[in-house]
Amino acid sequence: MHEMSIAVSIVDIVCKKAKEENAKKINNIVLDVGELSGIMIDALEFGFEAATKSTLADGAQLKINRIQGKAFCKNCDKHFHIENEFTPCPTCDDYNIELLKGKELNIKSFNID
Amino acid sequence: MCDTCGCGQPDEAVTLRKPGQNSHSHLHDHDHHHDQDHSHSHDHSHDHSHDHGRTVEVETNVLEKNNLLAERNRGYFEAKNIFALNLVSSPGAGKTTLLEKTISQIKDKTECAVIEGDQQTMNDAERIAATGAAVIQVNTGTGCHLDSEMVNQGSKELELKDNSILFIENVGNLVCPALFDLGEAHKVVIISVTEGDDKPHKYPTMFSVSDLCIINKTDLLPYVDFNVDKCKEYARQVNPNIKFIEASATKGDGMQKWIDWLLAHSK
Repeated sequence: MHEMSIAVSIVDIVCKKAKEENAKKINNIVLDVGELSGIMIDALEFGFEAATKSTLADGAQLKINRIQGKAFCKNCDKHFHIENEFTPCPTCDDYNIELLKGKELNIKSFNID
Repeated sequence: MCDTCGCGQPDEAVTLRKPGQNSHSHLHDHDHHHDQDHSHSHDHSHDHSHDHGRTVEVETNVLEKNNLLAERNRGYFEAKNIFALNLVSSPGAGKTTLLEKTISQIKDKTECAVIEGDQQTMNDAERIAATGAAVIQVNTGTGCHLDSEMVNQGSKELELKDNSILFIENVGNLVCPALFDLGEAHKVVIISVTEGDDKPHKYPTMFSVSDLCIINKTDLLPYVDFNVDKCKEYARQVNPNIKFIEASATKGDGMQKWIDWLLAHSK
């Protein structure tokens, strides 16, 4: 359940930056979370609600952009959509691939009053 | 970090202690934003739009704080020529036994130190201490992984020697430790043949971030359904560059290959 410590990190980072912006309140936090980031969205949302209590982000909405996994096949130079880390290239069936997208775990922006 | 519920769990839940020590230290240097006596009753509804305020763009990696400190650890290890390994596995795969046997075999050639991660107990640290290696136990309380701050403080308290090997035995868990860089040179994943040979598919992230996979307890292969070739194939599908060593830490088979790998990489 590392999502809890991830949620606490998100709230820590955003609260610190929001204070620098003299925010009275954080309305929402927007995240990019890749399909292969190892994060369970439900657990993150659950943890987020707990982590925001009595902080500037209390009551803030968590908006999550799911980033689709994209990979590149080093054997046949094709790009393809990847849903898990053991997917072979759909064109040549090779596993020698490079993951280009899908590992994201980033705070994109937050909205404050 | 507060891993339980994000609310009212003090940092003091994480403790660091050496065997034979009565006192222990805590992680201190981060802010906690919880009030113990807060009330949670809100009368406002949450379905109104919150988008009327001001939006601040940040583009920050959530794990930035952990990653920055991990890089500091890495720099410290490199400067002192310390070869740091992050050992990860399910609970019971044999990490501590592997370490006991490894340290006993190499301690005359190279200085070894260990950071032991477990939620509770000093048991593993005491086993390691019996080998003569310097060891510190990190009890994460309810936390499911070590983070770079625990390793940073543990390394300081161990007063690591130049040209040594630091083994970081992570909390037994194939999920969470995969995401937390500690500053190690390599992650080494240990799987025992009493587990399923499809673990690399079930927990792909851990296998994708590890450089070496030790298949342990091979002396039990005649009694279990574990298919070594299949396990390797699954792991290579996740990580084509992963290397394997088959070993039995208790019986000694394959241990020399692991020792050779260690000594070759730690120079």
